[in-house]
Parts: sequence; structure tokens; C-alpha cells
Amino acid sequence: MTVLVFVETEAGQVRQASRSAIAAAEKLGDVHALVVGDAAASEAAAAAAAKVPGVAKVLKAGADVLAHDLAEPLADLIVSLAGNYTHLLAASSAIGKNVMPRVAALLDVQPIPDVMAIVDADTFVRPIYAGNALATVKSSDAKKVLTIRAASFDPAPAEGGSAPVEAVNVTVQDTTSRFVSQHTPTSDRPELESARVIVSGGRGLQSGENFHKYLEPLADKLGAAIGASRVAVDSGYVPNDCQVGQTGKIVAPELYIAVGISGAIQHLAGMKDSKVIVAINKDPEAPIVQVADYSLIGDLFEIVPELTAAL
Amino acid sequence: MKILVPVKRVVDYNIKVRVKSDGTGVETAGLKMSMNPFDEIAVEEAVRLREKGAATEVVAVSIGVQQAQDTLRTALAMGADRAILVLTEESPEPLAVAKILKVLVEREKPELAFLGKQAIDDDMNATGQMLAGLLGWPQGTFASKVEIVDGRAEVTREIDGGSETVSLTLPAIVTADLRLNEPRYASLPNIMKAKKKPLETLQGADLGVDLTRRLTTVSVAEPPSRKAGVTVKSVAELVEKLRNEAKVI
Ligand SMILES: Cc1cc2nc3c(=O)[nH]c(=O)nc-3n(C[C@H](O)[C@H](O)[C@H](O)COP(=O)(O)OP(=O)(O)OC[C@H]3O[C@@H](n4cnc5c(N)ncnc54)[C@H](O)[C@@H]3O)c2cc1C
Ligand SMILES: Cc1cc2nc3c(=O)[nH]c(=O)nc-3n(C[C@H](O)[C@H](O)[C@H](O)COP(=O)(O)OP(=O)(O)OC[C@H]3O[C@@H](n4cnc5c(N)ncnc54)[C@H](O)[C@@H]3O)c2cc1C
Repeated sequence: MTVLVFVETEAGQVRQASRSAIAAAEKLGDVHALVVGDAAASEAAAAAAAKVPGVAKVLKAGADVLAHDLAEPLADLIVSLAGNYTHLLAASSAIGKNVMPRVAALLDVQPIPDVMAIVDADTFVRPIYAGNALATVKSSDAKKVLTIRAASFDPAPAEGGSAPVEAVNVTVQDTTSRFVSQHTPTSDRPELESARVIVSGGRGLQSGENFHKYLEPLADKLGAAIGASRVAVDSGYVPNDCQVGQTGKIVAPELYIAVGISGAIQHLAGMKDSKVIVAINKDPEAPIVQVADYSLIGDLFEIVPELTAAL
Repeated sequence: MKILVPVKRVVDYNIKVRVKSDGTGVETAGLKMSMNPFDEIAVEEAVRLREKGAATEVVAVSIGVQQAQDTLRTALAMGADRAILVLTEESPEPLAVAKILKVLVEREKPELAFLGKQAIDDDMNATGQMLAGLLGWPQGTFASKVEIVDGRAEVTREIDGGSETVSLTLPAIVTADLRLNEPRYASLPNIMKAKKKPLETLQGADLGVDLTRRLTTVSVAEPPSRKAGVTVKSVAELVEKLRNEAKVI
């Protein structure tokens, strides 16, 4: 069997979430990696993808219409390549979730989102009800369209391989959707999905100013990414891409420190697979305390500076 | 401009479901059911566009069992003008839902369909994108802002690392993210009024759509539970545990 993985790159490397998708694909068959972009970007992306061990071949699609990963032309491209493959995969990233269901519809396939485990070529495990239940589903479709939950598969290494690159002749066009602008503030911090340590704040922080004053120094000490609850995002303390949870990012770091977060079902859905969870909360009854390995009960405004100083 | 808003009846977001002891599914009998929270946001956005004069009619649609009527009445109380219920088994797959919605779109000819980005029961996050694919319409998913400018939809979308804006020709599909708006509560007078608004019922089987499931559920299990943790007394004890017991710092 040969499977196609849509691969995202960033700064000359394959994104970790895509390397997890490649690792998942290796369980199914030979892996072909598809990279897209304008001519220059697709060239760089192909070079990065070729280095991932486990990739047998890189398909490079370079064209201006593919420059911004718009779902409409990208789905048409993937569909045009689908004939050769039993499975089509992508990471459960913003792009994967946008494109793959569209691909599936065009192929008359029911997609299987957020795959956490591969049982066999037709059978997959995925979370339902915010991860409160895990469903094992078997697909009767001839082709499978999957998105892969990055936190569930150890990523393939970024370096070490040298797969051949084949250019794809791009004929797709689209006039319905146009890219206007992008706002992606850069930060020196690690990405949430690939961070080893995450320091996450909730309503208890009370303001963006306090995130800055209390959480950032702690995150700096630990080399951690900063996460947040929905309330902290909705209240404008931190940008929306910091949200962890059912409808935000799904993370599984080695260490997750939840500060002033109650641990609502929707928040737990995004972080309860973390290896070690620490709760800092003034309420011993907060649900986060029930899932935490270590809880420290008290006022975060006293505890956090003390912890920062102790590290 | 007409807007179609598909709304789904789901277990209320405040409820933590239990897996059935025989592993065939989750226990939903007797649980409080509500409109999928993302769909409330979609209804709100559509109603606001009509209130601003940018849209003329908001049509809510639900596909499922008879009780999905209640969900449609909620949409009508929030301000939708009329509703369509398509009777099928409980919770058809997104592929089937998208195919049914395509039939309704061909009949109703809306210029926009607003969906929720995902349903909180099955978390598929698929139906809007699939409908867009079947119709060949552009899609603005995970929307945090929607504006109708010069006959196009400008949609700001939440993406990894920030946001982006795309401009779509109409007709188009938009799926609502959490921060698009804060949905209103239906007032009592509006709930009363909603009872008189038109609600049409169709049989899914009559729409000429193949509803056969492509996925069968082999089993449903509880996620592995975490072992009970401990409460530490001090910052010093926490640091000691993280260093020497958990070995993560
Ligand atoms: C459809 C839907 C999707 C959602 N998706 C998500 C999601 O993806 N992610 C998410 O996080 N939420 C999500 N939510 C929201 C979720 O239900 C909760 O409302 C939210 O997670 C609560 O945020 P919080 O823990 O910061 O706030 P709260 O629940 O208000 O908790 C604040 C906590 O801080 C503690 N605290 C306050 N002051 C101090 C202090 N000085 N020192 C120590 N502790 C203090 C309190 O004891 C409390 O436990 C979603 C909701 C819905 C309806
Ligand atoms: C225990 C259990 C067992 C299951 N077993 C199976 C099985 O054997 N086979 C199987 O295929 N599936 C099974 N399912 C999944 C079930 O069929 C889902 O309802 C289906 O996959 C829909 O996914 P979703 O609602 O998450 O769609 P999403 O794509 O997440 O929904 C997005 C949006 O689409 C719209 N929408 C979705 N559905 C409707 C609707 N019915 N009416 C109107 N608008 C709608 C709404 O605007 C919604 O916000 C099972 C689920 C459970 C809980």
C-alpha cells in the first residue's frame, strides 16, 4: 500500500505535527509526502520533506494558486493525485482540518478526523465528546481520508533521510477564494503543540498585564510555551492561538502547569494526555486538581513568583 | 440575500457523558440536549446580518430525529425566520448531512450557509467543508469575523499561530468559531413568537440521497484514567517532586 501525506513546513523544516502524521502513515504503507507553495516555497519545502526518514518520495507542487494553502485549490490538487493511494493523511492542524473534509466529500468518502491510533488499514481510534470517550471506527470506504492527532504519534525525525523529489504538474485553478492578509505574531517561545513544557493561565490571572508579570517569567525560566483557557482568550489576556482545549490546541507536553484554571471538561480535553500535570489553584475542589499529579493550593499571585525564584 | 443555518441537537456542553458498560456507545438517554454551541454562534451571526440589512431571510435546518424540532424552535426564538426539519435516524454522518444540505441548498438557493465549526458530540469538524466541496463553493472555516463587502464575503479565520483573512465569492460556506460573536438569549416574547413561525418537516428518505453509513463503530471505551495525584504543601516540595520524582525539570 502507498499512502499520501500532505506535509506542512516552516522555516526550512517539516512541522512537528506533520512529522507525527508521517509516523502514523508509516504504519499503513509506503509514504509519499506532498508539499505545496509557490515555486520557491515548494522547492524549500520539498528539500525539508526529503530529509524526513520514512518518506519514500516527495511530490512537489509549485504554483502561485497554492501559495496560501487555500482549501479550494489544495483540495482539488489532492483529489487529482488520490488515484494512486489507499489512504490520504494530514495533521489535524488548522490547514489539515480545513482541507481534508473537502477532499473527502469530493471523493465521496466519510473522513476520519483526529485519529489517535491505527488498529488496521480500515480501523481507527478517535476521540468523541471532548475526549470523554474513545470510539473505534471501521471504514467501508475504498479510500480513507484521515487527519492525525499529533499528540498521539511520536513524530518522525526531521533529518536523516534523502527521498527523491518529483515535480507535480499543477493544473488546478480557483477564482472563488482569495487570500487577503495574515496575522501571525512571531514569538521566541516554543510552539504550543511541540513544547516540552507549557505554562497555562486562566481567569485566575485576571488580566493580560498579569500574564506578562507572573506567567511569562515562569515560562522563561522553564523554556515553556504559554497556553490559556478560553476565558483568558475571550477576555483578551492572550491571543486566540494560545487556547488549549476541545476547540483550541490539543497538547501533550512532558509538563503542563495550569495556573488559575478550573479544569472545565472542554479545557481538560486539550491537555489531559500531558505526562505530568501541575495545578496551582486556590480552590481544592477545582476539577483540575482531580487530574493533576501535583496540586498546590493557594493564591497564584504568591505561589508563581516563589516558584519562578525557586527554579 | 438568504442565509441557511444548519443546527444540530447535541448533549448539553455542561454534561460529562458516560460510556455504556457494554462498550457500544455513550449513554445519552435522559440527558439534557441543547443546540450545539457553535451553531448558536452561526444563528446569531446570520440574524445580525439580517438585522443590519445585509441579509433578507434566515432559514434554520436540522437533520435528525423529531426532537430536533426543539433545537429549531430555539433558532427561531433567536431570530431565524423559518425552519426545516429533515427526519432521519439520530446523528447521521457528516457525509450524509452534507448531501442532504446540498439538496436543500439547491431548493432554497441561499447565498450563504453558516455552520458551526464542529459539533461538540462527535467533534468531526467536517460538515461545512464537505458541503462546500459538494457544491463547489468557497469556504471560510473557523471564522472569527465575517463582513459582506461588494458582493463578497471577507472572512477572518483562526489558524495555527494567529489569524488570516480570505475573500470569497458568493455563494459561500462559513463555519463559526467561538469568537465570532456572543449569541443572545432568546427572550420570553420571542420564544412565544417562535412557536408561530413556519417549521416544515421533510423525510430524509424522500430526498434521493444515499444515507448509508461508511463508518461502523466497533467499540466505544473510556479514555485511560490518570492515577490519583497528591497535594503538595509548599513550592519547595513541588520543585523537589518535579525534579526527583517526576524528573521533568
Ligand atoms: C463549545 C465550547 C467550547 C469550549 N472550548 C474550550 C476550550 O477549547 N478551552 C477552554 O479552556 N475552554 C473552553 N470552553 C470554556 C470552558 O467551558 C470554561 O468556561 C473555561 O475553560 C474556564 O476557564 P478558566 O478555567 O480560566 O476559568 P474559571 O472556570 O473561572 O476558573 C478560574 C480558576 O482560577 C482559580 N483562581 C482564581 N483566582 C485565583 C488565585 N488568585 N490564585 C489561584 N487560583 C485562582 C479559581 O479557583 C478557578 O478554579 C468551551 C466552552 C464551550 C461552551
Ligand atoms: C457512541 C457513538 C457511536 C457512533 N457510531 C457511529 C457509527 O457507527 N458510524 C458513524 O458513522 N458515526 C457514528 N457516530 C458519529 C455520528 O454519526 C456523528 O453524529 C456524525 O459523525 C456527525 O459528526 P458531527 O456532528 O461531529 O459533525 P461536524 O462536522 O462536527 O458538524 C459541524 C456542523 O455541521 C452542522 N451539522 C452537523 N450535523 C448536523 C445535523 N444533523 N443537522 C443540522 N446541521 C448539522 C452543524 O452546523 C454543525 O455545527 C457515533 C457517535 C457516537 C457518539
